[in-house]
Amino acid sequence: RNCQTLNTYGMLTPSRMPAPIRLRELIRTIRTARTQAEEREMIQKECAAIRSSFREEDNTYRCRNVAKLLYMHMLGYPAHFGQLECLKLIASQKFTDKRIGYLGAMLLLDERQDVHLLMTNCIKNDLNHSTQFVQGLALCTLGCMGSSEMCRDLAGEVEKLLKTSNSYLRKKAALCAVHVIRKVPELMEMFLPATKNLLNEKNHGVLHTSVVLLTEMCERSPDMLAHFRKLVPQLVRILKNLIMSGYSPEHDVSGISDPFLQVRILRLLRILGRNDDDSSEAMNDILAQVATNTETSKNVGNAILYETVLTIMDIKSESGLRVLAINILGRFLLNNDKNIRYVALTSLLKTVQTDHNAVQRHRSTIVDCLKDLDVSIKRRAMELSFALVNGNNVRGMMKELLYFLDSCEPEFKADCASGIFLAAEKYAPSKRWHIDTIMRVLTTAGSYVRDDAVPNLIQLITNSVEIHAYTVQRLYKAILGDYSQQPLVQVAAWCIGEYGDLLISGQCEEEEPIQVTEDEVLDILESVLISNMSTSVTRGYALTAIMKLSTRFTCAVNRIKKVVSIYGSSIDVELQQRAVEYNALFKKYDHMRSALLERMPVMEKVTTNGPTEIVQTNGETEPAPLETKPPPSGPQPSSQANDLLDLLGGNDITPVIPTAPTSKPSAGGELLDLLGDISLTGAPAVAPAPASVPQISQPPFLLDGLSSQPLFNDITSGIPSITAYSKNGLKIEFTFERSNTNPSVTVITIQASNSTELDMTDFVFQAAVPKTFQLQLLSPSSSIVPAFNTGTITQVIKVLNPQKQQLRMRIKLTYNHKGSAMQDLAEVNNFPPQSWQ
Amino acid sequence: MIKFFLMVNKQGQTRLSKYYEHLEINKRTLLETEVIKSCLSRSNEQCSFIEYKDFKLIYRQYAALFIVVGVDDTENEMAIYEFIHNFVEVLDEYFSRVIMFNLDKVHIILDEMVLNGCIVETNRARILAPLLILDKMSES
Repeated sequence: RNCQTLNTYGMLTPSRMPAPIRLRELIRTIRTARTQAEEREMIQKECAAIRSSFREEDNTYRCRNVAKLLYMHMLGYPAHFGQLECLKLIASQKFTDKRIGYLGAMLLLDERQDVHLLMTNCIKNDLNHSTQFVQGLALCTLGCMGSSEMCRDLAGEVEKLLKTSNSYLRKKAALCAVHVIRKVPELMEMFLPATKNLLNEKNHGVLHTSVVLLTEMCERSPDMLAHFRKLVPQLVRILKNLIMSGYSPEHDVSGISDPFLQVRILRLLRILGRNDDDSSEAMNDILAQVATNTETSKNVGNAILYETVLTIMDIKSESGLRVLAINILGRFLLNNDKNIRYVALTSLLKTVQTDHNAVQRHRSTIVDCLKDLDVSIKRRAMELSFALVNGNNVRGMMKELLYFLDSCEPEFKADCASGIFLAAEKYAPSKRWHIDTIMRVLTTAGSYVRDDAVPNLIQLITNSVEIHAYTVQRLYKAILGDYSQQPLVQVAAWCIGEYGDLLISGQCEEEEPIQVTEDEVLDILESVLISNMSTSVTRGYALTAIMKLSTRFTCAVNRIKKVVSIYGSSIDVELQQRAVEYNALFKKYDHMRSALLERMPVMEKVTTNGPTEIVQTNGETEPAPLETKPPPSGPQPSSQANDLLDLLGGNDITPVIPTAPTSKPSAGGELLDLLGDISLTGAPAVAPAPASVPQISQPPFLLDGLSSQPLFNDITSGIPSITAYSKNGLKIEFTFERSNTNPSVTVITIQASNSTELDMTDFVFQAAVPKTFQLQLLSPSSSIVPAFNTGTITQVIKVLNPQKQQLRMRIKLTYNHKGSAMQDLAEVNNFPPQSWQ
Repeated sequence: MIKFFLMVNKQGQTRLSKYYEHLEINKRTLLETEVIKSCLSRSNEQCSFIEYKDFKLIYRQYAALFIVVGVDDTENEMAIYEFIHNFVEVLDEYFSRVIMFNLDKVHIILDEMVLNGCIVETNRARILAPLLILDKMSES
């Protein structure tokens, strides 16, 4: 019964079982396991041994057992039965026990366990223990995982320790205070007195954690931030000492004195200097000094420089300093160390909006980073490249970006393609270049483009009237070889259907025309229809295209009829419906066929000057972000045929984003006055020119910079123009036109000009009218008002005034000028009577 | 803020793990495997910072061991990169040879250096002081 065994210390202990093995033996044993199953078995065996040891309430070995339990927990095995044991260890008087007990608590427990609260008393006692290491343990544990209740209870003790002269405890107390403040923000005030002379410490550990505490307090409370601004001189002095002092063995890292502290101080300076001129000025010198004197050969120096750059960019530093910072980043980009290149790209991305010109200077280096091997660097370089594209460099940049699109990883292709589309729309030097670029994207990364690319491109093509022949020829050639990329095929099918007559005419302005017969064209479209690779949407495009060709081709009409009738029994319901309706068009409505399938008119674009698109209707501003308008992607334009057929029965008009069709005079016939016909009754009989369809369900576009066409054929001029706004060098003039056909409509063309010496960028004009009016704002010609009156932005507003009330308008202007954002509201009351009477 | 601190070997076995923000135990193993996978797949020319979910991973390789620190985006990546080296130097000074059999001691060292996700102490002597005292006490 009383068997005595020798434990590993060589002492006799009464125990029934052999002494539990030590942690290091356990680790050794587990490492020998060759399979997961073997390891699990070993662990289970040991767990069982530990459990029985716990049951025996063995004080001697509890510490060892818990240590082993922690190891097993780390490997992923459950260890919750050790939680109470940890508490027992914490309560023990032996330091070795306490140490493991607290460690166990930190690893195994968290707020969610009820056991956690039982620690509170122990921690409280240990915070006042006579041994500093025990106090340190308690601070560490409380600071890592104390719950709000515990923090509330023990905040007083922490605050006391924050004022002690023992630097070992003081530094831990500071971080513990950070945790308390995070858990119970109301207690922040309580720590304020203790912070008074924290920065007077010589001990770097205390300094470091004090700066962290101050940072936390400043980030949480603007009052604290204001209060601590007076510390800036002291912080600057500490930083200066760190830089200027000679070699100090205690804190040296590769020749730099305590870089960790330097980085922390720089961060606190950043927070203090933000939006505050005086503080920013006080730190200007030291920032310049750090920026120029820090050694850049090792990572340490660069870490400090990085933090310095971030600080310079965030505070109100003078421009010389900012340029210095960006140049440092530019130098980083050339560094061999990829870490530094990555960090530089990240920072440049943050600053490219505000210091655009300075970053532009490093464009070529940034573009080179597109070829880097590292994925994170490539992504940063791509985002930065897109931010840097402007009217001057667009051709060169696009070449690089298209090459990148070709060779990059699949995860980038979608973003890159969208970015290229956006940039091309904004800065395309010519329509042909634009279409070439988009085609290049479609052929390179066709399957990755987003759904709205297809309707966008179609709309773009429609508007580029002069190169229709070129476009359709290129698209035809592109899909001849390969018709698997759906977006490309959809666009091509639509174009062929629309401009097939140009294709076979053998004429092309821009390049050598190809000789193509009607049958060859129908061959390719039929192949698309049959192919397994074509999606249902693509097939719809192809079928409609074939149908349209019935009015554009002369010889192959019978073939078309045959194809259409075959699909009248297609399993695909959409195709079947189309085919049946087209069949009907051949049979019963043949007299309308040519009119219905006429060439598409030029489409209007919807206003947008940025991420949120505001379109005014009914005098109220409604943010109409593009996502809320579900564009039925794909068959959208080609379902015009369906819309046309519906036209006779009335159509759905959603007034939120009205786009007015323009009917070119050559198409003949009347134009639809959109505002006059915006009612929900059926459309008026438009027998002579049904081609002008209100394309209300047209998906909105992210466009900028392409001007809209003149809308009215019959206008009355002779109404005097007015200066609606003139302030700060920005002048806005209104010129008026009115329609003979609809006297309630007034068309106002605004012209914005800028007489200052700097451009106004990101210019957005918004208008609102009283409730009895309706307003439609079309897209502006650009978003930059050039300086010195060298150019203007024009934009068209249409106002519907059925009650013939006096016209009044409130306008809102936002733009960037001289580096700051400007905004102004004004009322326009000086409309001439002829504009509304 | 440092979210977690890991030491993982090339075979994916965790040698040390400390989390400063609570994570379920099954999620931990998943995290550790994924982290080591992304670190192993990097070559020497690639930079030591990886973006993983909403963390940034900063890793350094020492022979067969990877030290990976997960941070949020308030931290200066390069300073953490330097800190990892600082940690390794401390371990070097205390343990003459293989360290992995004294897991609890490594934890103690880590706790002296990082508290609640924040760097506390970087001076070697001060970090090792309590540990040396502990050793002396357990010997007597």
